[in-house]
Amino acid sequence: MASGNAIDPMHQFEIAKIAPFKLFGLDLSFTNSSLWMVIVVAVVSIVTLIGTSKRSIVPGRLQTLAEMSYEFVANILTGVTGKEGMRFFPLVFSLFMFVLTANFLGLIPGSFTVTSHIIVTAAFAVLVIGTVIVYGVMRHGTHFLHLFVPSGLPALLLPFIVLIEIISFLSRPISLALRLFGNMLAGHVALKLFGAFTVGLLGAGAASILAPLPLLTAVALTALEFLVAFLQAYVFTILTCVYLNDALHPGH
Amino acid sequence: MEIVAAAVLGKYLGAGLAAIGMGLAAVGVGAIFGNFLSGALRNPSAADGQFGRAFIGAALAEGLGIFAFVVALILLFVV
Repeated sequence: MASGNAIDPMHQFEIAKIAPFKLFGLDLSFTNSSLWMVIVVAVVSIVTLIGTSKRSIVPGRLQTLAEMSYEFVANILTGVTGKEGMRFFPLVFSLFMFVLTANFLGLIPGSFTVTSHIIVTAAFAVLVIGTVIVYGVMRHGTHFLHLFVPSGLPALLLPFIVLIEIISFLSRPISLALRLFGNMLAGHVALKLFGAFTVGLLGAGAASILAPLPLLTAVALTALEFLVAFLQAYVFTILTCVYLNDALHPGH
Repeated sequence: MEIVAAAVLGKYLGAGLAAIGMGLAAVGVGAIFGNFLSGALRNPSAADGQFGRAFIGAALAEGLGIFAFVVALILLFVV
């Protein structure tokens, strides 16, 4: 929390080195961000591995969770890309589970939100767009470029539309990364600000009678953050599916 | 000295102005879900199939508001 009356909402995002490690001049230290990534991967692995190990006909709690997440992602993927898109299921499922678990674990007070760092979300976005480009070119060759040339356009409009399509394609990884990063950052900054308001009001003499107001707001914001944490994982997944659909079926 | 003060003032004014963009993104997201709801009430059987599409539109509109937020953050903490 804020030290004294100073509000420092950015302190929670600071990277702290746990085990400093350097290799050929590169800083490869094990940080609190790495620690929470390991925790996220461990949680996802435990849920999916233990959940699917028994395979009973009447599923228990963990098995229901594993089956529900599988069906949820599979429904999104087949809904957007069709049956063919299921070859991307491992990628999409891993992305969804990692982002969702990282968002939820970040809501534990005192924990670290992996997805509130733009380098992490940018790496995801580059992975997705890289998959789209590599798979699209491998599968369709030059036909992949029809993505930028919609059919049935008058020749006069064509150069402008192609330009707009190229700009829209290039801005996809940026917006994909910034959306997740901005949402997680904004939510945690707002939570920290209202927490700091409560602490500040408690130490303000007669005005401390107002302190429950920002506290209640912080509680309501926490509920909203749970919604946002799920929604952003969902949106990230569905946009990934939409972009992968372009690699599967360019030029409609 | 005065130039520095003006730069600091401009920084905070710019961050405040960037907040307008977030309000406009709220208008866009509200329009999407309002129209989705009115369409869904007219034809409830088709609503489930278009739920994902409504969220794609909301995500795209909201992303632009997030850009305004990032601009404000860059002004406050980076510049």
